[in-house]
Amino acid sequence: MITQLTVHALVEQFRRGAATPSAAARAYLDRIAAVDPSVRAYITVTPERALAAAAAADARWRAGRPLSPIDGVPIAVKDLLCTKGVRTTCGSRILEHFVPPYDATVIERLEAAGTVLLGKTNMDEFAMGSSTEHSAFFATRNPWDLARVPGGSSGGSGAAVAADLAAAALGSDTGGSIRQPAAFTGTVGLKPTYGRVSRYGLVAFASSLDQIGPFAKDVIDAALVLRVIAGRDPLDSTSADVPAPDFVAELGRPIEGLRLGVPQEYFVEGMDPEVEASVREAIEVLKRLGGRAEPISLPTTDYALAAYYLIAPAEASSNLARYDGVKYGSRAAGARDVIDMSSKTRAQGFGPEVKRRIMLGTYALSAGYYEAYYGKAQKVRTLVRRDFDAAFARVDVIVAPTTPNLPFKHGEKEDPLAMYLNDVLTIPVNLAGLPGVSVRCGFSLAGLPIGLQFIGRPFDEATLLRAAHAYEQATGWQTRRPPLP
Amino acid sequence: MTDPSAAYEVVIGLEVHAQLRTRSKMFCGCPTAFGAPPNSQTCPVCQGMPGSLPVINRRAVEFGVRTALAFHCRVNASCRFARKHYYYPDMPKNYQISQYEEPLAEDGWLELQADGQPRRIAIQRLHLEEDVGRLIHEGTLETAHASLVDFNRSGVPLMETVSQPDVRSPEEAAAYLRAFRAVLLYLGVCDGNMEEGSLRCDANISLRRWGAPDLGTKVEIKNLNSFKNVQRALEFEALRQREALDRGERIVQETRLWDADRGRTRTMRGKEQAHDYRYFPEPDLVPLELSRASVEAVRADLPELPAARRQRFVREYGLPTYDADLLTQTRALADYYEAAVREVPHPKLVSNWMMSELLRAIPADDERALAASPISPRHLAGLLRLVADGTITGKIAKDVFEKMFRSGEDALTIVGREGLTQIADTAALGAVVDQVLRANPKAVEDWRRGKKAAAGALVGQVMKATQGKANPSVVNSLLEAKLSQL
Amino acid sequence: MGGRIETREVEQVARLARLELSAEEKERMREQLDRILGYIDKLRRLDTEGVPPTSHAVPMVNVMREDEPRPCLPPQEMLANAPDRSGDFFRVPRIIED
Ligand SMILES: [Mg+2]
Ligand SMILES: [Zn+2]
Repeated sequence: MITQLTVHALVEQFRRGAATPSAAARAYLDRIAAVDPSVRAYITVTPERALAAAAAADARWRAGRPLSPIDGVPIAVKDLLCTKGVRTTCGSRILEHFVPPYDATVIERLEAAGTVLLGKTNMDEFAMGSSTEHSAFFATRNPWDLARVPGGSSGGSGAAVAADLAAAALGSDTGGSIRQPAAFTGTVGLKPTYGRVSRYGLVAFASSLDQIGPFAKDVIDAALVLRVIAGRDPLDSTSADVPAPDFVAELGRPIEGLRLGVPQEYFVEGMDPEVEASVREAIEVLKRLGGRAEPISLPTTDYALAAYYLIAPAEASSNLARYDGVKYGSRAAGARDVIDMSSKTRAQGFGPEVKRRIMLGTYALSAGYYEAYYGKAQKVRTLVRRDFDAAFARVDVIVAPTTPNLPFKHGEKEDPLAMYLNDVLTIPVNLAGLPGVSVRCGFSLAGLPIGLQFIGRPFDEATLLRAAHAYEQATGWQTRRPPLP
Repeated sequence: MTDPSAAYEVVIGLEVHAQLRTRSKMFCGCPTAFGAPPNSQTCPVCQGMPGSLPVINRRAVEFGVRTALAFHCRVNASCRFARKHYYYPDMPKNYQISQYEEPLAEDGWLELQADGQPRRIAIQRLHLEEDVGRLIHEGTLETAHASLVDFNRSGVPLMETVSQPDVRSPEEAAAYLRAFRAVLLYLGVCDGNMEEGSLRCDANISLRRWGAPDLGTKVEIKNLNSFKNVQRALEFEALRQREALDRGERIVQETRLWDADRGRTRTMRGKEQAHDYRYFPEPDLVPLELSRASVEAVRADLPELPAARRQRFVREYGLPTYDADLLTQTRALADYYEAAVREVPHPKLVSNWMMSELLRAIPADDERALAASPISPRHLAGLLRLVADGTITGKIAKDVFEKMFRSGEDALTIVGREGLTQIADTAALGAVVDQVLRANPKAVEDWRRGKKAAAGALVGQVMKATQGKANPSVVNSLLEAKLSQL
Repeated sequence: MGGRIETREVEQVARLARLELSAEEKERMREQLDRILGYIDKLRRLDTEGVPPTSHAVPMVNVMREDEPRPCLPPQEMLANAPDRSGDFFRVPRIIED
C-alpha cells in the first residue's frame, strides 16, 4: 500500500515514475475517509487543495524537475499553524470558524517545496494537554489501541502518521507536545532547537518554549522535512541565523565513539517497568553500535516541571488575551457592555484546561507574586540550562525515556496535576531550548509503543538524528504496524 | 493665576508620548500615514492576529537613541521590550509591547526658559512602545451603545518620555512641552503635530506645603493635547486641589480626564481600581545591546539643538533672549531667520519683521506652514533691504508685505509697479506740509496753545497726502521748523 | 496543603483575565489552583540566590528590520473574521471605563 511507504520510499517511486503525487494524495484521502472515523486525527481535511497541489507536483516529477526532495509528499499539519483560506481552530471553540488571511512560514516553505497539504490535525485546545482529549471538538484515538490516547497536544499529527493517514506531519512542542505523542503513537517526533524553525504563523501557546517540528515514519523522513522547514525567517525575531545542514547526508556517519549521557534523574520513581526495560535495552543496543554510554546527572530535573507550570501558563495567559470577541473568533451574545462581552466570550470559548492555565498564569504574573513565581521560575530555567551545559561538556547526546509511562486510557487522567506529570521528561528540553527526538524503542506486552528520547546540543540536530537513525536501523522496530485495516 | 496660593508648592511631572516619524510601524511593515480609510493600513501583526510576531523597526530605535542623547540621557547598554497587559478594545493583543525594566535610556534633562532664566527639568526615562488603535463612539463615550475600532494607528511607533516631578507651575509645564517639541522637531524624529496626535501629554500634579519634605498625593490628568490645554488643565487642577486642601479634605489618588469644552477635569469612572499590568519580558523579541560605538555615531550626527542655537543667536546676532527664544522654536523657523540674515545683514530688523509680521500670518510652531510660506527668506530680505536703505518707509513696507504674502511677488516688483518709493525730498515734502498747515488751522492753533500732540495729527495728514510714502523723520523736522516759524 | 489561594483572589484573577466564572467553577478553580501551587511550592527549596533569570532559551540580540513599508492586507481580508462590523470598522458593544 502506497500509504505505508516512508517519505523517502514514496519519493523514490515518484522519481522512478512508479507512482505519482496525485495517486498518493488520492490513496491518502481514501484512507482518511475509511479509517479516520475511528482514529479521528483530522479536524479539517482539504481534498481540493490537496489534489490541486498533487496535480502540479505530478507535472514537475514528469518533467524531472521536482521542487525539493519531498515534492508531492502528502503532509498533515497541526491545526494551530495558520493556513490562508483554511480554517485554523487550535482545537478551540473560540476559533472554530477562524480563517486566517495568511500562511505560517512553515506552510509557505512546505508549499514552496511542493508538498501536498492533506488537512489540519486535532490537538488539545491551544496545545494545552498531553492526551488530545482536551480538543473542543473530539478526542483523537491511539491507532495502537483505540481505547487509549495518542498523547498530546499534537496527538492528531502523531495518530495521522501512525495510522498511515499522512506520510508525515507537523506538530508543535512546548513541553513535549511532539515527543510525547510520538512515543505514544510509535512515530518519530522531532522537536528542533528553539529558533531553528520559524514560529511565524504558529498560534502561540508559550512563546519562549514553542517550536514546530515533524512527525515521521522514520528518522530519514524527519530529517527530510526538517531541512525544508528550518532556517532563519525575517518575520520571527527569535529564529536563528544558523545554516541548516543536509541532515539526511549526516545520517550515514557511524556513531562509533559517540558519547552518550544517561541521566539518572530521568528514570523516575513510579516509572512503568516495561518502559524502563525497553529504554535500558535500547542503551545496550547503542553501546553495541559503538556508543560510549555513561551516567550523568541533571540535578534540577525535579524542579523543571514546576518552573514550566509557571512559565508556560504565564506566557499563555498573555498570548490568549487577544481572544476577546472583537476582531476574530466567536463572540458571546447578549452582553451588557464590552467587558461583559469579552468575559462571556472567553468563558464560553475556552475549555476548562485553557481557563485553568490562564488563571494560573495570570496569578503568577500578578502584582506581589511575580518574583515568587514567574521570576523564580525564570531563575530555575537558568539552572536547568546549566545542568545541560555541564552534561554536554562531557557527552555528545543524552539518551533517556520520552515518557515515564505507556499510553493511558481515555478519561484515565482526570486530575490536571497527574496529567502534567506525564511531561516530566520532555519539559527540561524546552526550558533549555534544546533539540530532542523520540523514536520507537519497543512495545509493551499489550502491544503499545515505547519511546526513546535523544537530546542534543543547541543546533546539533545532525548528531541527534544520526544517533536516532543508527538505533532505528539496528533494531527495525519501525516496521511494525498498528492493528488497523 | 499660576501660583494658587503662597501656602502650597505645585509639583508637576509630565509624560509625553511622541509618534516617531518612521515610514513603517514599530513592529511590522504597515505604513504610518495619517488619515487613511479605516483598517486599510493593517496586517496580521498590528491587528494582533493569532500566530503573528513582531520585529523591531531599526529606525525607531535610532530615533529613540537620537532623542535620548539630545536629552542628555544615558543610553542603556542593554534594553529589552516587555508586555504590558490591560484589556481595551482598541488594543489588538490586549497587551502593549512597551519597555519596563531596562528601558532604552534613563537620567537626562531638558533645558527650558522660565522667566528668561534657563531651568533644567530632569528626565527619568525614555522608552519605545507601540500605539493602540482608534475608537470612535456612536455618540459620546458615556452615551454610546456601540463603538467602532480602526486599527490603522495600532503599532505606530511611540516614544514615551517621563520627566521627574521637577515642574513647578502650569506655565512651566507648557514651556516644558514647547521646549520638548522643539527638540523633537530639530531632531526630525517627530512631526510635532498635536492635532493629529503626534504628541500627547499626560501630567501628574500634587500640592505640598512649602518646605514639606514629602510629595502630596498626586492626580494624573489625561488627554492634554495642546500647550494651552496642558496649562489650563493644570491651572484648574492646582486650584481644585488647593481648595480641597484648604477645606481640610484629602486628595484622592486618581486619574482625571481634561474636558476642554467645559474647562475642567473630571474623574474617569471606575479608575479607582489600580491596574495590574503584569509586565514580563516580551518573549517574541530579543534584547537590544547597543554598542558604545553605535551610540557615539548617533551623537556625532546630532544637529545643533534649540538651547545651543538660542545661545548662538544671542551671541552671534546680538538678539535679545526673547527674540532668540521665539526664533529657535523650530528648526525651520531658525533656518528661515538665518537665511534671511545672510541676505540682509540687519539681524534685529529681520527678527522684528519675522516676529511682528511673518509670525502673525504663520504659527511659529508650524513647520509645514512655514515651508509653504509665499514669502521666502530671500523675499523677506529683499523687502527689508528696501526698508534699510530708505527706499520705502516702514509703513509702506507693511503694505508691501501683505501684497507679497498674497501674490508671492517680490518687494521690488510691487514697489516699482505701484510707485511706492519713499519721498525724502525736502522741497517736495515742504510743499505738502505747507498745504496741510493751511488746511488744518485748528490743529495749528492747538499746537500754539501748547498741545504738542497736535503735531501727530499733522504728521498723519502729511502721510495721508503722500499715501504713506513720506519719510517720517523728514516730515517731523519740516513740521517742527514750519510751526515754530508761524 | 491547602489555603494557598482564596476565593477572593480567584475572583480578582478572573477579573484580570477577563473570564466569567460561575460560583461552581470558582470553587473548583480554587481547589485545583491550590493543588498546583502546592506542587509548585517545591521551587522554594531550590536556592536561586544570585542566579540570573532566563527569558530566552537561545541567547540572541539586536534582531531588527529596516524601516521599509510592506504592503498591508486589504480591509476586506482583515475584517473577514470580525464578529461584528460597521463598514470597514470593527464594532463593539458600549464601553464602560474600567
Ligand atoms: Mg506608555
Ligand atoms: Zn501591520
